Amino acid sequence: MTQHQNHHGGRLERGGRLDRDQPIGFTIDGTALTGYAGDTLASALVANGRLRVGDSIYLRRPRGVLSAGVEEPNAFVRVNGEHNESMLPATTLELRDGLDVTLLDGIGVLDDRPDRNEYDKMHVHADVAVIGSGPAGLAAAKEAASGGARVVLFEQDFELGGSLLSDPTITVADQGALDYVASVRAELEAAPEVTVLTRTCVFGSYDNNFLVALEKRDDVASAEGGVSRQRLWHVTAGQVVLAVGAFERPIVFSDNDVPGVMLASAVKTYVERWAALPGRDVVLFTTNDSAYETARCLTKAGATVTVIDARPEVKAATSAQEGARRAGLTVRTASAVVGIEGSEGVTGAFVASIDDAGQLAGDAELIACDLVAVSGGWTPNVSLHSQRQGQLAWDDVLSGFVPSAGVKNQFVVGAGNGTYDTDDCLIEGARAGRGAAAAAGFPASSSADGGDAVAESAEVWRARQHRAAGTVRPLWAVPAPDGSLDTHFVDPHRDNTAADVLRATGAGMRSVEHVKRYTSISTGIDQGKIGGVNTIGLLTQLLSGNDTKAIPSGQPGQDAADAVELTASGQPARRPTPGTIGTTTFRAPFTPVAFTALAGRGRGALFDAARTSPAHSWHVEHGARFEDVGQWKRPWFYPQEGEDMDAAVARECRAAREGVAFMDATTLGKIEIRGADAPEFLNRMYTNPFLKLPVGKGRYGVMCTVSGMVFDDGVTLRLADDRFFMTTTTGGAAKVLDWLEEWSQTEWPELDVTLSSVTEQWSTVAVVGPRSREVIAKLAPDLDVSKEGFGFMEFRETTLASGIDARVCRITFSGELAYEINVPRWYGLKVWEDVAAAGEEFDITPYGTETMHVLRAEKAFPIVGQETDGTVTPHDLGMDWVVSKTKEFIGKRSFSRAAFTEPGRKQLVSVLPLDHTLRLPEGAQLVEPDALGDYTGEGLPTAPIAMVGFVTSSYHSQALGRSFALALVKDGPTRVGQTLLASFGGKFAEVEVREPVLYDKEGARRDG
Amino acid sequence: MSQRELPQHPDFLWTNPDPKKSYDVVIVGGGGHGLATAYNLAKHHGITNVAVLDKGWLAGGNMARNTTIIRSNYLWDESAAIYETSLKLWETMQEDLGYDVFFSQRGVLNLAHTMQDERDSVRRVEANRLNGVDAEWVTPQQVKELCPIININDDIRYPVMGGTYQPRAGIAKHDWVAWAYARRANEMGVDLIQNCEVTGFVMDGDRVVGVETNRGRINAGKVALAAAGYTSVLADMAGFRVPIQSHPLQALVSELHEIVHPTVVMSNHVHVYVSQAHKGELVMGAGVDAYNGYGQRGSFHVIEHQMAAAVELFPIFARAHLLRTWGGVVDVTLDASPVMGLTPVDQMYVNCGWGTGGFKAVPAAGLAYAHTIAHDEPHPLNRGYGLDRFVTGALIDEHGAAAVAH
Ligand SMILES: Cc1cc2nc3c(=O)[nH]c(=O)nc-3n(C[C@H](O)[C@H](O)[C@H](O)COP(=O)(O)OP(=O)(O)OC[C@H]3O[C@@H](n4cnc5c(N)ncnc54)[C@H](O)[C@@H]3O)c2cc1C
Repeated sequence: MTQHQNHHGGRLERGGRLDRDQPIGFTIDGTALTGYAGDTLASALVANGRLRVGDSIYLRRPRGVLSAGVEEPNAFVRVNGEHNESMLPATTLELRDGLDVTLLDGIGVLDDRPDRNEYDKMHVHADVAVIGSGPAGLAAAKEAASGGARVVLFEQDFELGGSLLSDPTITVADQGALDYVASVRAELEAAPEVTVLTRTCVFGSYDNNFLVALEKRDDVASAEGGVSRQRLWHVTAGQVVLAVGAFERPIVFSDNDVPGVMLASAVKTYVERWAALPGRDVVLFTTNDSAYETARCLTKAGATVTVIDARPEVKAATSAQEGARRAGLTVRTASAVVGIEGSEGVTGAFVASIDDAGQLAGDAELIACDLVAVSGGWTPNVSLHSQRQGQLAWDDVLSGFVPSAGVKNQFVVGAGNGTYDTDDCLIEGARAGRGAAAAAGFPASSSADGGDAVAESAEVWRARQHRAAGTVRPLWAVPAPDGSLDTHFVDPHRDNTAADVLRATGAGMRSVEHVKRYTSISTGIDQGKIGGVNTIGLLTQLLSGNDTKAIPSGQPGQDAADAVELTASGQPARRPTPGTIGTTTFRAPFTPVAFTALAGRGRGALFDAARTSPAHSWHVEHGARFEDVGQWKRPWFYPQEGEDMDAAVARECRAAREGVAFMDATTLGKIEIRGADAPEFLNRMYTNPFLKLPVGKGRYGVMCTVSGMVFDDGVTLRLADDRFFMTTTTGGAAKVLDWLEEWSQTEWPELDVTLSSVTEQWSTVAVVGPRSREVIAKLAPDLDVSKEGFGFMEFRETTLASGIDARVCRITFSGELAYEINVPRWYGLKVWEDVAAAGEEFDITPYGTETMHVLRAEKAFPIVGQETDGTVTPHDLGMDWVVSKTKEFIGKRSFSRAAFTEPGRKQLVSVLPLDHTLRLPEGAQLVEPDALGDYTGEGLPTAPIAMVGFVTSSYHSQALGRSFALALVKDGPTRVGQTLLASFGGKFAEVEVREPVLYDKEGARRDG
Repeated sequence: MSQRELPQHPDFLWTNPDPKKSYDVVIVGGGGHGLATAYNLAKHHGITNVAVLDKGWLAGGNMARNTTIIRSNYLWDESAAIYETSLKLWETMQEDLGYDVFFSQRGVLNLAHTMQDERDSVRRVEANRLNGVDAEWVTPQQVKELCPIININDDIRYPVMGGTYQPRAGIAKHDWVAWAYARRANEMGVDLIQNCEVTGFVMDGDRVVGVETNRGRINAGKVALAAAGYTSVLADMAGFRVPIQSHPLQALVSELHEIVHPTVVMSNHVHVYVSQAHKGELVMGAGVDAYNGYGQRGSFHVIEHQMAAAVELFPIFARAHLLRTWGGVVDVTLDASPVMGLTPVDQMYVNCGWGTGGFKAVPAAGLAYAHTIAHDEPHPLNRGYGLDRFVTGALIDEHGAAAVAH
């Protein structure tokens, strides 16, 4: 390898888009090399005479740089740094000072050190998004911008120009190609509404012109700290112009993967853009005219070129073949490269004549060379078009799948549309730019004629494309003298050959999707950019017309007419074409995107909003431990010096049951419901009646799903005849609002109801315990807090002593006398502190969710999501009283179904471990004492053991002085008094079934 | 086998015949379920005059798109029974079918991130064990031991509070599984007919006697639907309704990396699940897209969110690259359990509603469905899964309580 690497050309003295005053040092596999600003890693390697890259993944064959772009299947590196990044193609990696890379053999290595870089996201609306900055894209952007439209031009390369960068000597719009690029760039940058994004690849195209793009910003990021390294752009575009170019195809022949076999267009790009000569003695093997440009530029750079043209002699003086001969090149027609000499690098090419059928027509001759440039034809880059379900059709003359029908509000132009003539690209691009601008409401100001007249009809334009493309003679696989197909690489990245495709068809595979999966072709990093069409071409040779009946329709690019003809006649007349087969599906991303770039800033605390109440700072200062409930951070308990959770919870419970305690209830969901039909609406949503709830009162309600399962619960206040204030569970707020909206909008649009979430507008403090009345009396002096004056489930609007307007309710979730003070969120912290101050003389104690859970469990108040799991009805919870027998409501119908009336339903009970200190794990299963058989808890039982229920909640009760649990048990109420076994972690414990409510059964404490 | 060896499929898989005029059983849908059913009909019921019709390429629906997670740690007894039967069949599939399907029992971890997750997890583990399904609750530290690349610190929004672990669970290669069934079924005489879309049913009174297709009419003694997300369309043609909603579900892969991920990790709370396939690609998925549709495409924001979750849980994935995304159409019932059994149409059977998790069920579903078809009555495994449960209300709700997809 070392011996070979310097045979190749190297850097040319002149030319290229390089800043030769800015040499750049970089390291590859420990070897220090130099390139220039403007290089990619691949061009710097080529300039250093190194085409050889890592080995192939499975066959471990030596590989070389094949391309100069995103389609590269071989040259993958790991970039070493603070966080190594693997599997980056050398062909798209901008050369940077100090770049340190390791060549990879087809498999990456993930770095377990954290990536400390920042990644961010942008959202833009564009009138016109132009993707690609070759001649077609530039012309489109220029026209689109001329009328003042907001245009965003995306280019994945770090330079604008696309193919023009490799064609610097041609004339474009009466200027040198690069002058044209510079002038359009200047014009675009001067336009206030235009954004030009280089290093930005649009990799996904979704419905309604929603584009996703990745911008690489290493240049900015390394210069300034605190700047994102990559940025994900979300683009909503009125109009999209796809000007994304085409990929050149390799040719499938024996040993076509040896380093030194390179795409002809890539050779040209290395020479013209980077003044890097990949080889001095070149065999150029082509199926079409385009590669003659490569021959021309190689000759100019001092290389010798022998052209091997698969096509027969074209005698016309204007033919590319004759032109090359006139320029002094050797041109061999009706011939093919049939093999390569060399393994670490090309030392020669075997060339033989081929007949009309593509079969060998003579012995192979060895031509010494150090580079074989290949051109198998061109494949328009249709990924983004096809991601949007844009149609494709095989065009035999262009020898490629081309867009055949547009996508709404999109234009496809340039080589991506099969337009290969630069002037035509300008015409087509300008026309699309004007069309897009007009459609977006900003007609182009430019008077440029742009040749609209030239192509009124698609057919006329197609003919023009065909003329420009010349004749292509695709060779889907060039026979080897020994007949083998084993080293005819179709997908070099995946190490798949023509022999693999042959095996696939032999196994019965007919669909291109099956061939892909049988072989793994097109599943690698280039996702079929290199091997996709060649595989389809091969299939046309391997399958008979009859075989194609089993080819399903529906693949992109499939010729619908073909399918009909084949199935109707039963006996297909002709051989399949690529259009009979179609392509595999194009999917985002067009080029790979780092996971972390998609994560963006949505990590750590920003992964999901953490919602906190206005009193959060107080909770933190008072040592609260927090629990995640939905998005909320709720105080869980407030341990004091030396207390563990149990001690803290016991103290908090005692305060609530014996004195006074307070809890932050701000997190409950709150929905305001207005409208003349609001009572009717609520009456249908809740299982219990709401029509006659008087103003000034609240009512606890339960909502069910259509299948009758408890969905949410909470208290709703009637503020006015047409105005209600609903509370929901903390975690259920958004779900409930969606649910209400769905019914209101889709089922009962005739009802006059408006719903607004007001969770964020209110802050709520629950003041709980026998002495809560005294605290409230101090806080709200205007309020008659007496038992008679302020009844249970009533609320009052009042002004607190502090001057703050408040809504005070008498609601309890603990069974104790309790009040809830609701104030506008802004005053939340102040009122919380006021409660603490007013309660100080009563030793008021803050409590968290754990204590709340214990208190409510002692009273058997269920928690939706804990006592319920989507299979529990209100009746199962012992709440028959909450289900109306007379009115209609959501879920009602289900209650009459068999499964709801038959025995065997799991119903709420409490279970008391016989061991008073044992706190059962929540989730423990319950079985009947004799159900275990000989199962001891060791390992697994040999046959399933019947379960009769499970523990939903389990605590130590301060009030009862023992542990207790709630459980859902089959026919629970009938089992009261029975003993069951709780099963957990391979252990069993006896428990007694009891009625659910264990504390204050009579409800005597509610009114204080 | 090293990750640098690319295993090869057999030299021959199946023939591609034209449809015959008539079959004893026509199975509509050549996904995993349709193919396994055909195999079971031939193998265990001696019914070989069978055609599997697929409108597309064989096993090109969800079977070609899933993330291949196989586990049996479902909550309810009915589910545990069918998925555990399935898991046992996975354990012998390679020998049964003579095809290496890369069934890898690398274990599946279901992470818990909230206290309710923890309660639900313990409940499920305890139920699993009593049902004879291997399952354990693991602490964060044990999670880390099982999967060293997981971040169990509390510097993330929803730290890992533990998880459930099923050691016998794992993954397999989906195409290989489908093709293994297809090959054996084909060998036993089953016709696999692609490019054959059922467009209508031929009825004789209440009884189905054939199907109309784009390749002509095919007479059938019995017709078995196995069309996943499209079942509602077919049922509509047959004049009955199935309670399924079809949603897009997406998945994605990275490029190949040296193996770092030893097990399968699922997190329902932050919505991501991931394994690393034999070749080295990270295979990931998330929850369904919320809207209904038959387009096999989803929305990108779902993927962005899932990537954030992935990188939070697995910092090592930061610069793995998204290589390909795709979508399938999953058929979700309101209790997230499948539908398998008889239909209102005589001699027509239905198997659908596997939603986001029917890959793992392929072997047992094939067994039970073939029995149902052959005997015109459900197998004990699918007795609870008939359409009638939506009338009686005897739902098997794996949504709410288990709340674990796939
Ligand atoms: C992204 C994703 C990830 C998943 N991950 C997992 C996972 O990790 N674990 C798991 O267990 N499951 C998973 N699943 C679910 C699993 O893939 C499905 O439940 C299962 O594959 C469905 O059964 P099937 O294979 O028979 O369906 P499919 O493969 O969808 O088969 C249905 C077939 O019916 C054909 N058809 C439809 N209509 C007609 C008609 N009119 N005429 C003829 N043919 C017709 C279709 O073309 C299709 O081939 C996932 C699914 C998706 C989409």
